[in-house]
Amino acid sequence: MSDAQLRTPFPQRAHAALGDAHLQEALTIATTKFIGLRKESFAGYPAGEALRDRARAIKEATLQHLDRHLERLADNVERLGGHVHWAATGDEARDIILRLCRDRGVRMAVKSKSMATEEIELNDALEAAGVKPVETDLGEYIIQLAHEKPSHIIAPAIHKTKGQVADLFSKELGGRFEADPEVLTAVARKELRQKFLEADMGITGANFAVAETGTIVLVTNEGNGRMVTSLPRIHVAVMGMEKVIPTMTDLMVFLSILARSATGQKLSSYTTLVRGPRQPGEVEGPEELHLILMDNGRMRQIAGTLREALYCLRCGACLNVCPVYRQIGGHAYGYTYPGPIGILLTAMLNGTAAVKDLAHASSLCGACKDVCPVRIDIPRMLVELREHVDREKVAPWSERMVFGLARRVMASPAVFHLGARLARLAQWPFVRNGRLRGLPLFFGQWTRTRDLPPVAARTFSERWKDLGRP
Amino acid sequence: MITCLGEMLFPEVGVAMVKLLRRLGVTVDFPQGQTCCGMPLFNSGYHHDAALVAARTVKLFAEAEHVVVPSGSCAWMVKTEYPGLLKDDPVLKAQAEALARKTHELSQFLVKVLGVTKVESSFKGRVTYHDSCHLLRGLGESRNPRTLLQGVPGCELVELPGSDECCGFGGSFSVRLPEVSTAVLGKKLANVERTGADCLVACDAGCLMQMGGGLTRRGSRVRALHLAQVLEPEGSA
Repeated sequence: MSDAQLRTPFPQRAHAALGDAHLQEALTIATTKFIGLRKESFAGYPAGEALRDRARAIKEATLQHLDRHLERLADNVERLGGHVHWAATGDEARDIILRLCRDRGVRMAVKSKSMATEEIELNDALEAAGVKPVETDLGEYIIQLAHEKPSHIIAPAIHKTKGQVADLFSKELGGRFEADPEVLTAVARKELRQKFLEADMGITGANFAVAETGTIVLVTNEGNGRMVTSLPRIHVAVMGMEKVIPTMTDLMVFLSILARSATGQKLSSYTTLVRGPRQPGEVEGPEELHLILMDNGRMRQIAGTLREALYCLRCGACLNVCPVYRQIGGHAYGYTYPGPIGILLTAMLNGTAAVKDLAHASSLCGACKDVCPVRIDIPRMLVELREHVDREKVAPWSERMVFGLARRVMASPAVFHLGARLARLAQWPFVRNGRLRGLPLFFGQWTRTRDLPPVAARTFSERWKDLGRP
Repeated sequence: MITCLGEMLFPEVGVAMVKLLRRLGVTVDFPQGQTCCGMPLFNSGYHHDAALVAARTVKLFAEAEHVVVPSGSCAWMVKTEYPGLLKDDPVLKAQAEALARKTHELSQFLVKVLGVTKVESSFKGRVTYHDSCHLLRGLGESRNPRTLLQGVPGCELVELPGSDECCGFGGSFSVRLPEVSTAVLGKKLANVERTGADCLVACDAGCLMQMGGGLTRRGSRVRALHLAQVLEPEGSA
């Protein structure tokens, strides 16, 4: 999202999303479908719960020796003839790719879906350098045509209805296409075929990278990942450093729960395992393979409060079940990663101050933690982020005053009961049919859309005296 | 433990709970000096302040054999967060752990501690049940409230579609992002009205404030009730 859009306060961005009828329709349909598919998939998979525990344990154990696993991964990728680049920041990762493009005379790059490259806004950088990036995942292709950003981690165009996609294709590609997903997919497929053949470079992310074998793993549903990694002469994979896993056995554990969590599939349609560039005697594959291991704020969280967020597999399940995401969609969050996990990742990448409002964009209902394949305790970390926001005094003074007052009320029964008596006096002008309406100040945030029960004529303590003993 | 909302806004829930427990043979006391469990402070990140409130509460209930709370979120706060908040003081921490062990949300106390699944009640009506987030996902409880409702002869329980989805309350979330909170509530209430129930039952004062406030505002004929008010209708006047 642009800086200008980010200057719009979060509640206003949410307001705009709530008023967007197309968005509301698209979100309800898609998230409801995802929730049902996930539930069904795990219901028929008794081993699933134990595998989730196992996956979590693998992530935790891997983080404890992440440096060793990364070095082993790098050694094995290089042994197979690949090149490994270490990028401390997003800027460094971008520069590495731009330099490769310049040195190798790259004019067009095809991409498979990758949040890591969204994170570093690679497409803008490529365009500025005269390299044409072409997104080949259908959702990403739609987003690129519309000059937008993804609004979901695995379903980037989730905010668009099929009618909107048909209009977009008609306008951008010339022609008149009906709002039929099959027709629209065929159109995109035809457009993209030529691009795969023309491109000099294929750019991907990595769902996993296996240290013991040097294997880069891509989980996709459209087969475009396979084309991107085999047709162009250069393959560049950009990967967050936390994505390394030790062994192929570990990979099996993750694959058994990832697609189930994301789309309710047992496995995604394609699981692409890339081991090095084209080897002597092979007829397919790129001449060069580059793996970029990107830190960009991740490594300092190994000892930080957001450590568990480094377990994230980017399945998107927590977005689908989040009552806030389901109402406002991904764009209103304002950053690359939306939804509950997105708030944590934004804090990781952009600092705590960036999420002082977003940290409160959760009712802490816990649905995210419940569906997370690696059981990341997202609500707890959101509360911890709120605590940081408090400690760093970035919360507005008015809020700190309200909570300062709340503490005094809660710490003293005398003040608490005095408060009840005062409220009883103050509320009488607002009581209608035994309900409070139209309250002033911040209470109005409640009563604009909901009634509030008045403070009782006799509180429980007052009634307790009549209840006799024992 | 009567909770802040139970003290000020819903005293009838506390009265119903006391009458019900006494009818079931429990000796009920109400330690004076209760305020709030501190969850609003905790959830908004004011952990130091929440710890002060927790320390007070821990001492108030030191003598009790069991502590029964008519609210899943407050029970969760005491059970799950108090020991961590008071971890720096070994004495307080031990007291907090003891309180955590003996604190029970009402439906869990009735079924798990007292072994009661059927309660005599004159209540009549068709009800639907909302799973409050902290009771469901925090304390892992979905069955006992339903069992108790089904145990009342005049009570017909119809399942609420999406009963496990948040009502949009979320404490300060409801006033920080009132529009989002209300939109989430709208989905919940549409589901409630679709069930054809006369009453919407929950075990959490916060959710009942949110859903009840939404129901009366839209002029719905559905009433929001606490489980205690169904099990002890005479007490809830």
